[in-house]
Formats: sequence, structure tokens, C-alpha cells
Amino acid sequence: MDWMALWQDYGIWTAWTLLYSLLIIVGVLLAVAYYTYAERKVLGGMQRRQGPMTVGPFGLLQPIADGLKLFSKETIIPSGAHRVVFLLAPMMLFALSLCAWVVIPFDKGWVLSNINVGILYLFAVSSMTVYGVIMAGWASNSRYAFLGGLRSASQMVSYEVSMGLIIVCVILCTGSLNLQEIVLAPRPLWMQALLFPMFIVFLISILAETNRAPFDLPEGESEITGGFMVEYSAMAFALFFLGEYSAMILMSAMTTTLFLGGWLPPFGMEFLDFVPGIVWFAMKTALVMFFFLWSRATLPRFRYDQLMRLGWKVFLPLTLVWVVMTAFILLSFDALPS
Amino acid sequence: MDALARSFFLTEIVKGFLLTLKYMFFVPRVTINYPYEKGPISPRFRGEHALRRYPNGEERCIACKLCEAICPALAITIDAEEREDGSRRTTRYDIDMTKCIYCGLCQEACPVDAIVEGPNFEFATETREELFYNKEKLLDNGDRWEAQLAANIAADAPYR
Repeated sequence: MDWMALWQDYGIWTAWTLLYSLLIIVGVLLAVAYYTYAERKVLGGMQRRQGPMTVGPFGLLQPIADGLKLFSKETIIPSGAHRVVFLLAPMMLFALSLCAWVVIPFDKGWVLSNINVGILYLFAVSSMTVYGVIMAGWASNSRYAFLGGLRSASQMVSYEVSMGLIIVCVILCTGSLNLQEIVLAPRPLWMQALLFPMFIVFLISILAETNRAPFDLPEGESEITGGFMVEYSAMAFALFFLGEYSAMILMSAMTTTLFLGGWLPPFGMEFLDFVPGIVWFAMKTALVMFFFLWSRATLPRFRYDQLMRLGWKVFLPLTLVWVVMTAFILLSFDALPS
Repeated sequence: MDALARSFFLTEIVKGFLLTLKYMFFVPRVTINYPYEKGPISPRFRGEHALRRYPNGEERCIACKLCEAICPALAITIDAEEREDGSRRTTRYDIDMTKCIYCGLCQEACPVDAIVEGPNFEFATETREELFYNKEKLLDNGDRWEAQLAANIAADAPYR
């Protein structure tokens, strides 16, 4: 009898949570696999190439073939490397980028953990990925890897500052830290206009936060070969790759939740309500994901001092002024959400 | 002021983005899906070598060794002997394809259009030895590609 009560109290909940987590993890990993395919196709298209075409129809099985290749290779650990940290770094990066998904609302009520400080949790977890990168850079015991780790650390710290201030702007307008309430908060047109510049700055900041082109200096193939992941091979490398791409998808989902209205139909068109919310969520996220690839195909890599200048001298003052201005406007129009 | 406004509103970056978008959707691809699609080849294309025959099956080569003499890479080796019927024929005609530079001088030198370079460029092998072609292999190539070789020579004839 005792066991039965225990099962009803905790067991069912644990089982459901495990099931949901599994769903999210499988979904994210599949999305990552086909995101790499999409990246190669989009880059190919923008460079007048075809992209992968050989494995399966239209090359659709290419990500599976790539995955199998990486699985079957040998993980090489350099003799000078710190073994534990060296192997821990990719795992940590990957685990962290999956962790953050628990607070993302896919549809109304479709959220694994509906915590009231969802946005802070999201921000904190996504900031911690920098530790994975630094650990990888240090433990590799290689100059290139170390330089890549250092670059990544300062870059991510710099852009997190402006990202935090942008999030403050959004929170001022919506009056909640809960991601579902942020999506559902009413947004009149003037408020959207007020947030639009912050949306642009946020888009640029997430590029820097995920180390993607044009801010991919931590990898910087042309100057530091592969950056922090230069010594990694096989599965450890694959984990970095999975971590990077799932972080990109996560950032896209975060942008969707904060600025694009999450699972709601676009532009408040209520006659489109019959479409399931998760479809809208996926489409909006895919749009931001496309922006990642689009900017990689369009923009050349920044120089490091330009990157720092943009972060500290342009984005930081701009967002700071905007926070003050948003607060002022909300206060003077008496529009502060209660 | 103008420059400031331009960098503030990201006009040039937006222009770049629109350009790449245009390339993705409105500009045709320039690459082809190679093993399944192939690009056009000129009749003068200098690919894999072949030794041709006359329509009655007699081999064209008369062992004059002009190709051996002109070959700048010294890739061709020829031995010749008198056949029973009194005509001079090669007993050995080897081309080392690893030495050959595909300059086409052998087919220029040939007085009877016997040695030619055909349209085939997909003759990669797994071992080096397979690229040391002998007379048998070259005649075999000639038989296999004869239709196209004859057409190519006919197409190029007005310019010779």
C-alpha cells in the first residue's frame, strides 16, 4: 500500500517528466540534424551551388551519414591534454544547451517546467555555455584552442550585457518573468514599435552569443584554425557541434518567445487560430534559424576589435538608453503592466 | 552625418542580405549534379588514349614511331616488327598514363589517325599498375569509343 501511494505521489510525475524530456531531446536532436542539412542547402543556394545531393533523395540522408561517420571514428585525446576536463567540456556544452529547453513554451501549456523566473533561467543556462568553451580551450593544451577559448569568453560576456538589458526592456513591457505570460501579454502597436530596435539588436547579439558568423572568431578557421575545438575529434567533436546547433535553435526559440509572439498566430490574426500553436511556434523559430544561415552566407567575419567596439560602444549604450526610455514612456503613459 | 545614419539604419547590411536572398531564389545554379549530369565536352577534348582500327578491322598504326619521338613526357614506348604478310606493325605499344600530360602531340603527329585522345576522362584506377596501358588495352579503348572518336574527328576536320 505504501508503495502504491509513493507511486501515485511521485512515480507518475517522474514518468511523465521523463517521457516529455525524451520527446524534447529527440525533437531537438532531429532538428539539429536537419538544421545542418538546411545550412548546407541554404549556403549552397546563396552561392549558386546545389548543396548535398547524393545521399538519399535530394541528399536528405546526409546528416544521418555524417552522424554515423562521427560515431564510428576514434576519439583522439592529445597527450598534453587534461583528460577529465577535456572530455567534460563537450558534454557540459551539450547538456547545457539541452537543459534550457525545459522552460520554452511550445504551445499554450506545453512547457515542461512552468517556472516563474523562466527567462532568468534561460538566460543563466545559455550564459553558462561559455564555461564549456573555456574548459575545452584550456584542457586542450594547445595555443590555438586557448586563444579560441579566450576569445569566446570575452565575446560572450560582452554580448550578454546588452542581451540582458534587452530582456529588461521586454520584461518592462510585459510585466512578467514567466515565458508563457510574456507571450500572452497584450502588445499594442506602439509597444511593438518601441521594441523593434531591440529586436534587431537582439538578433545581432544572439549571433555573437552562439559564436556564429559574422562573429565566429572563437572558431576563426582562417587565423586560429578551429579555435577551441581544434583538438577534438569524433564523438567529442560531434557533441560540440550538436551543442552549438541546439544553442542556435534555442536562441531562435527564445527570440520567438520574447519578440515574435511564441505560439500565437502572426500579427494577431485570430481567424488563424485553428492552426495548432506549435506549428506557428515552429515556423517562427525556423524563420529566425534561417536568419542565422542567411547572415553566415552574407557577412564576412568581424575583426576582433570591431566586435568589441560593437558590443561595448554601440550596443551597450544603445540598449541602456532604450531601457531608460522604455521605462520613461511606460511610466508617463501610465502603461506599466501591474 | 550621412555615414552615421547609414550605419545606424544598417542600409548596406540590408542590401547585402537582399542580394544573397536574390541569389538563393532567383539566380540559376551554376553547378551540376556530376556523376548523374555531365557538362558538354568539345570534340577537341583530350582525354583517355585509344588506338583506332580501319573499318575492315585492320589496325591503323604503322609503327612509324612519330608519336614516340614527339612525346614530351616520354610516355610512349613502341617496338615494331615485320608481320608475315610483309607489313610493318607494332609488337608493343605502351603508354604510361602516369607520365602522360595530355598535350595531344601524339595525335597531331600521327599520319594515319591511329593514336587519338578520346572524350573519356573517367578512367581513374585503384592501383598505379593499371595506368600502364599496353597495346591490347589501347585497341580495346579504340573499339569501345570508335563511334564517338570518328564523329569528333569529322567535326574537327574543317579546321585542320
